[in-house]
Amino acid sequence: MAVPAIELRNITKVFLGKVVANKNVNLTVNYGEILSILGENGSGKTTLMNMIAGIYYPDEGQIFINGEEALIVSPKDAFKYRIGMIHQHFKLVDVFTATENIILGLKDEERYDTKKAAVQVKAIADQYGFELDPDKKIYEMSVSEKQTVEIIKVLYRGADILILDEPTAVLTPQETEKLFAVLRRMREDGKAIIIITHKLHEVLELSDRVSVLRKGEYIGTVETKDATEASLTEMMVGKKVELNIERPDPKDPEERLIVAHLSVKNREGLTVLKDVSFTAMSGEILGIAGIAGSGQRELLETIAGLQPIEYGGVQYITPESGKIEYLRDKTPMEIRELGVRLSFVPEDRLGMGLVGNMDITDNMMLRSYRRGRTMFLERKAPQSLAERIIEQLQVTPSGTSTPVRRLSGGNVQKVLVGREIAAAPTVLMAAYPVRGLDINSSYMIYDLLNAQKKNGVAVIFVGEDLDVLTALCDRIMVIGQGSITGIVDGRTASKEEIGLLMTKGGHVS
Amino acid sequence: MITFLQRAVIMGIPLLFGATGETITEKSGHLNLGIPGILYVGAISGVIGAFFYENSVGAANIVPILAILIPLLCSILGSLLMGLIYSFFTVSLRANQNVTGLALTTFGVGIGNFFGGSLIRLSGADVPSINLTATSNCFKSKLPFVDSMGWFGELFLSYSFLAYLGIIIAVVTAVIMRRTRVGLHLRAVGENPATADAAGIPVEKYKYFSTCIGSVIAGLGGLYYIMDYAYGVWSNNGFGDRGWLAIALVIFTVWKTDLGILGAFLFGGLLIIHNYIPNLGVADQELIKALPYVVTIIVLVIVSARKRRENQPPQSLGLSYFREER
Repeated sequence: MAVPAIELRNITKVFLGKVVANKNVNLTVNYGEILSILGENGSGKTTLMNMIAGIYYPDEGQIFINGEEALIVSPKDAFKYRIGMIHQHFKLVDVFTATENIILGLKDEERYDTKKAAVQVKAIADQYGFELDPDKKIYEMSVSEKQTVEIIKVLYRGADILILDEPTAVLTPQETEKLFAVLRRMREDGKAIIIITHKLHEVLELSDRVSVLRKGEYIGTVETKDATEASLTEMMVGKKVELNIERPDPKDPEERLIVAHLSVKNREGLTVLKDVSFTAMSGEILGIAGIAGSGQRELLETIAGLQPIEYGGVQYITPESGKIEYLRDKTPMEIRELGVRLSFVPEDRLGMGLVGNMDITDNMMLRSYRRGRTMFLERKAPQSLAERIIEQLQVTPSGTSTPVRRLSGGNVQKVLVGREIAAAPTVLMAAYPVRGLDINSSYMIYDLLNAQKKNGVAVIFVGEDLDVLTALCDRIMVIGQGSITGIVDGRTASKEEIGLLMTKGGHVS
Repeated sequence: MITFLQRAVIMGIPLLFGATGETITEKSGHLNLGIPGILYVGAISGVIGAFFYENSVGAANIVPILAILIPLLCSILGSLLMGLIYSFFTVSLRANQNVTGLALTTFGVGIGNFFGGSLIRLSGADVPSINLTATSNCFKSKLPFVDSMGWFGELFLSYSFLAYLGIIIAVVTAVIMRRTRVGLHLRAVGENPATADAAGIPVEKYKYFSTCIGSVIAGLGGLYYIMDYAYGVWSNNGFGDRGWLAIALVIFTVWKTDLGILGAFLFGGLLIIHNYIPNLGVADQELIKALPYVVTIIVLVIVSARKRRENQPPQSLGLSYFREER
């Protein structure tokens, strides 16, 4: 058998001495084949590939290129071994042309001549069937054109081993087809190609072999022809882990928030939510599962009045009186003035939720500063709220005057959730509230959410860990590429079922 | 008219030096608000060199080539040091660029006035200024046949070598930026350092070099001002707001140093035009002196409204770059 292009042996990477991103990963890629790396969010796919591309350096283990041990400590070293990585976030200079971006960073081996380089770029593009105008500026390009520039950039440098990090995440189905055609042509040309993805149908359609990672661990490699969507999902999500999270039964649930046929476009004009309809009930936790970037963030922000609605609407049903309020086209302030008690724990805690340089008391005031009667700020109530949160949620360090930025992730989250809960909401939306938190803090957040549920609050919980979602939520709504692919019962649903739903979903364009 | 144009050019040259230096620095993504201070330091360093040389051999016996080289070298060293301080703070320590720049301006003005004051005491002069006419004459020496060429000579050939150097530097910079790999890399560093880094460009090195070279060029503006414009007379706080005007000029010329040549002369002209308009009151004079700032604001408005990406400031201007930050 031929020498593999890349062989990884027992690669381990630990961040900050505690977060294990990769643990004992072994895999091989051969020339003339396409290998898929499959895994959920946070399973360490990108970290692993970054180690081959020289962005990170492995803590343990060896990398062999063409059968010889390789030391890759910088992207330059990776070029030397003819490895090129196409990152998920393009690394391009907007005001440069395609050609200028492609030759960026190359040494002065010959005279600097953009015209000659443009001809070479065009030749590479034609060889593999790309469409590209070498003199077009990046800021005038579509996402797929930018991706083309990235791919040609590594080819121009003579890469024989290509790594693509979720290349189809930003493409329309037609563009994806074109890209796959190009990748197949490269495979015939003898290049080794690694593609990171979590879309099962793409894996089955394109690749020769699949390696699966789960929570940083290497699960195994299978031949694509022997794999099915079900078998891959099982490898990806694994056996169910029993979590001891309390799940009280909903008490007198009634409709609280009705989202109907919601469609939303982002700033670039791409549809990020398509015909989303669901109802959140009081006294229940509605989980939202989905691959990162499937529209979860946009959904919550739209409900909170932070994103304009293209089509559809959001209705809020006032408890007791049953009065219906329409939230479409209202700002967060207008929504609050209607008496809608909506609390939002955003994903980006220190960006959208809290102000890092302000202390806990001041952060409490961000939600209540309008209540003052005089021209001076009223600090007493927020101060005592801050003290109450610190005491009840065991925030450390315990001073109310500590800048929030200096707290650990878990404590920041406690402050944020505490503040949002103190507003006595009837709808509580939390996006990834336990991300980056240790076990104890996570359980405290679960308890807080459950306490709200018992108080009759409609809780919407966006999560990424399927074990947590299936243990905590009453119902789980699965979102795939901007549309709802299913709503399942949290008590009976299996992880495989949810995992399969996550990878489905009509493609938005 | 010829005199006005000639004076406008002389007035504009220090601004040209300052703006070229600042453009080079900004292209690497660093907004150096220390330019006014660097002009002072560049000038006073040259003055110190010239002062001690003149005093050691006596004003009558100076060798022209040394009288030029010594202040020139001192000036370069002085502004290089300022550039190094700025880049150490903003590149290595990733300090806030605005704060560092403003501190350098205060610092540079202070240094200039401190040493200026000390030299004035050393020279024991009655007036609060240092007179380096002999050195200045060396700096101002021009081509011998100029006087015989009428208005043409006066307008195009009557300037000292530093003025031509300034124009050459501006042109060469423009060519390097547009036509060479170094220019491409430098622009990439200023636009998107993460991309440049991933492409294997030594980002910190580029930032250091461009900041220091930019400082040295700006410092030459200070030297030119003293030795040529001011006839070798240093007086404290003599620069006025020329440093800020140089930074305004960078915006005015949308980060293009070749445009900077014309822009500098225009600014120079606007600065002195009040002397050539008869019957102007003091208030009107001051209003006219503010014109360069007004046109800068107008240009800024037009450029922003047109949204041409090529005319925008470097994208990561003012931002520190740290590879491991995600």
